[in-house]
Amino acid sequence: MEVVIKKGWSREEMAQNIARDIPDGSYVNLGIGMPELVANYIPENREVVFHTENGLLGIGPSPAEGEEDDEMINAGKKPVTANKGAAFFHHADSFAMIRGGHIDICVLGAFQISEYGDLANWSTGEPKAIPAVGGAMDLVQGVKHVIIITKHTTKDGKPKIVRECSYPLTGKGVVDRIYTDLAIIDVTKNGLFVKEMAPGVDFETLQSKTEASLNQY
Amino acid sequence: MINKVVKTASEAVADVFDGAIVMISGFGEAGSPIELIHALIDQGAKDLTIVSNNTGNGHVGLAALIENRQVRKMICSFPRTAHSIVFPELYKNGEIELELVPQGTLAERIRAGGSGIPAFYTPTSVNTPLAEGKETREIDGKPYVLEYGLKADFSLVKCKTADRHGNLLFNKTARNFGPIMCMGAKATIVQAKEVVDLGMIDPEIVVTPGIFVSKVVEIADPLSENQLIKEERRYPWR
Repeated sequence: MEVVIKKGWSREEMAQNIARDIPDGSYVNLGIGMPELVANYIPENREVVFHTENGLLGIGPSPAEGEEDDEMINAGKKPVTANKGAAFFHHADSFAMIRGGHIDICVLGAFQISEYGDLANWSTGEPKAIPAVGGAMDLVQGVKHVIIITKHTTKDGKPKIVRECSYPLTGKGVVDRIYTDLAIIDVTKNGLFVKEMAPGVDFETLQSKTEASLNQY
Repeated sequence: MINKVVKTASEAVADVFDGAIVMISGFGEAGSPIELIHALIDQGAKDLTIVSNNTGNGHVGLAALIENRQVRKMICSFPRTAHSIVFPELYKNGEIELELVPQGTLAERIRAGGSGIPAFYTPTSVNTPLAEGKETREIDGKPYVLEYGLKADFSLVKCKTADRHGNLLFNKTARNFGPIMCMGAKATIVQAKEVVDLGMIDPEIVVTPGIFVSKVVEIADPLSENQLIKEERRYPWR
């Protein structure tokens, strides 16, 4: 019998959970989509510099309507502004920052995460799908802490945290922590450990929504 | 005297030949040299291999070059974007080739190609389908994939400011692949919003030194791809 969970964190609360855990002074790359929400919730007393792989460190708020500039965009090709202290650079330098271990944290979406921290987030592997990879494979190899933000299950209720990814991998053993609508989970050498559960969620219910084995600290 | 400035975009792209490898700058629309691409459509060179991060939007610029059946193969990292219509259709019908390259690997292959480095090892794509068939090697206990430098016959690049030596300044996030693509080709063709007198660009802030540039054409008021897409325009204009 399927357990119905009504409680859990909203997208905004998931982003807030991540923002809360980003230390002052961090250089952070946010993936396209839900990860972008994290920028809205950095506490005011912390200075965090956001990197976008198309060549900007120090992303500022979205421009006012009518102030958009076609040559001032983020990796999702949305208009952005630059904060004081920002820098522009070319693509090889941008990925030297990523691959060279200079970026502290990246926040990415996921199709699947395995209990070993394998990540699949670029292709469903369907024969007719057009593959597109962007910078995901560079980010997961080079950034110091790889954080995932994702709904705990797919739209039709299937687990996204699995024993082994069935979709093509973005990287093997690369994920450090997973923030879902139901829990915050650390990926460790000894397996997946639940750091925090959303209000109204208990361990048994969480495990029933997760294919991989979960552990409690 | 060195004078790399030519008068028109069509003069700038006149030498592009059938079967050439052409790098085209830009991340989406930002930095895409739309006037040079349209001149290349008019010029008609075909069977091209294009190196560019995306595959163009709507029916103008790079998308129009592909739609005009001048492109045999795309080498890129992200071929499907919100406004990419032309490439997905041809790809599904097996009418265009795709070499999918992770974005950082694409950038480094271009820089390496232009820097006399034939190949390099990178951690990116290790243990993924994109590393299949490629040489791997363990260095200091970590696995790496061998990737080859990319060299082009021509690069088409957009920038903000140029002088007659080909020294370049770029604009904001439109810089992206521009500087490395300038290094990566036998002949680099640049469209600049303004061409200024020699000495007007402070040597301390030159982004691309003129040695990497072959031709410069001034396009003072380049078309906005966004605007053309909103207006549902197609190139060649009709």
